[in-house]
Amino acid sequence: MAELLRLDEAVRELVHDGDSVALEGFTHLIPFAAGHEIARQRRRDLTLIRMTPDLIYDQLIGMACARKLIFSWGGNPGVGSLHRFRDAVEQGWPAPLELEEHSHAGMANRYAAGAANLPFAVLRGYVGTDLMERSETVAPVTCPFTGETLIAVPAIRPDVGIVHGQRADREGNVQLWGIIGVQKEIVLASARSLVTVEEVVDELEPRPGAIVLPTWCITAVAEAPHGAHPSYAHDYYDRDNGFYQRWDAISRDRDRFRAWMEENVG
Amino acid sequence: MSFTPDEVMTVAAARKLTDRTVCFVGIGLPSTAANLARLTHAPRTVLVYESGTIGSKPATLPLSIGDGELAETADAVVPVPEIFNYWLQGGRIDVGFLGAAQIDRHGNLNSTVIGDYERPKVRLPGGGGAPEIAAMAKAVIVIIRQSQRAFVERIHFRSSVPGSGAMVVITDLGELRLDRDHRELVLTRTHPGVSVEQVWSETGWDLRVAGDLAETEPPSDDELRVLRRLKSAPEEATA
Repeated sequence: MAELLRLDEAVRELVHDGDSVALEGFTHLIPFAAGHEIARQRRRDLTLIRMTPDLIYDQLIGMACARKLIFSWGGNPGVGSLHRFRDAVEQGWPAPLELEEHSHAGMANRYAAGAANLPFAVLRGYVGTDLMERSETVAPVTCPFTGETLIAVPAIRPDVGIVHGQRADREGNVQLWGIIGVQKEIVLASARSLVTVEEVVDELEPRPGAIVLPTWCITAVAEAPHGAHPSYAHDYYDRDNGFYQRWDAISRDRDRFRAWMEENVG
Repeated sequence: MSFTPDEVMTVAAARKLTDRTVCFVGIGLPSTAANLARLTHAPRTVLVYESGTIGSKPATLPLSIGDGELAETADAVVPVPEIFNYWLQGGRIDVGFLGAAQIDRHGNLNSTVIGDYERPKVRLPGGGGAPEIAAMAKAVIVIIRQSQRAFVERIHFRSSVPGSGAMVVITDLGELRLDRDHRELVLTRTHPGVSVEQVWSETGWDLRVAGDLAETEPPSDDELRVLRRLKSAPEEATA
């Protein structure tokens, strides 16, 4: 059974210094409120895992919460660079950032393997790329039935998985819809999980295309209205594309970035 | 109507899509070109975005690959592991669209770093969906502006390499095709008013030219009108 907690309590209880943490949400339902709470609580030495680091990890990297990043695409979608991510990789500011880099297909399969309690996933991919040569987490494997050479990537089993959803009932069952990304995979792959929701309701009415994460596979649920902004929650509010565009200027300069975080996150 | 080099590039890319093509679309120029095709000569083009939306029909250009309108107008929305495993790896994608920071004569693409990987001069976003799109789509269209910085003898990182399908590269100066026999890009078209010498001067290797080199048909008024309407929409939406 998931515990219904306040967001600050949930982060204090579930996320510890040095943990591997995946805050997921593929463009949609990115758990920004939870990310901000991690920054406010000054967590350190985290291994951050996410297919698209997006603004949420740009903020955590710039606030020196991360030691390592496992990812597949680190840009500001449709806008350009993630400047805090770049500064950490290019200049080591505010701290050096170790990278473990994959393709989207590789990351998605690593999550799925974690959810399925398998040690690795198999796919066709990476062949001929420097991602394969660079990485200790991409290796060839032989199919025992056909002899064909395929690619193996190890499962990802984060200490904590955090996602956002539209709503939960008072038992902690979570319902989410729209682009569902890897939300289910990350909750099932993680040792502990936190789901933030737009609202807690008495009853979850069925919706076409919605998935339900049952309360007994979630550690904690926290209400966080508008908790995916500037990402979005389908049928609640739209993606704040203007903020994604403004972030480019806010994040470009170290002092301006820190001042923005101080003022808006604390 | 007069037009810019970027406009003729986008129009040339859109024309590569025939009707009912199933197209895996990245954000930026690829999304613009695919939507232009859908709104002009290829209305039943199926747009697939890596966020898991299949058959999206956006009225305005999305800023990201996961804007809400892509899900709302889709025929189906599937999880991200499924879009890569069943639909891309499963061989359902006719055309994959890619961009890159660097390309070499063999059609290898770099979207990861400029400089050394460990100590990069510029850290770029990375491969994202590109490694598997390049390898698994039946054909690949690369859209990239032509310059000595982008068309290099040696790319700094191989983010993706061509698979067994066809590859066409559309630039702001012309069009190149990957010649399978020699595994090398060949200039097949120049855009209106562009000379071969101009293309050579913006290419970092000794670029081969096809014997039947052709010239791109100028963008029609209709193509330009639809393109400009598409391009103006996102700014209006976020102003």
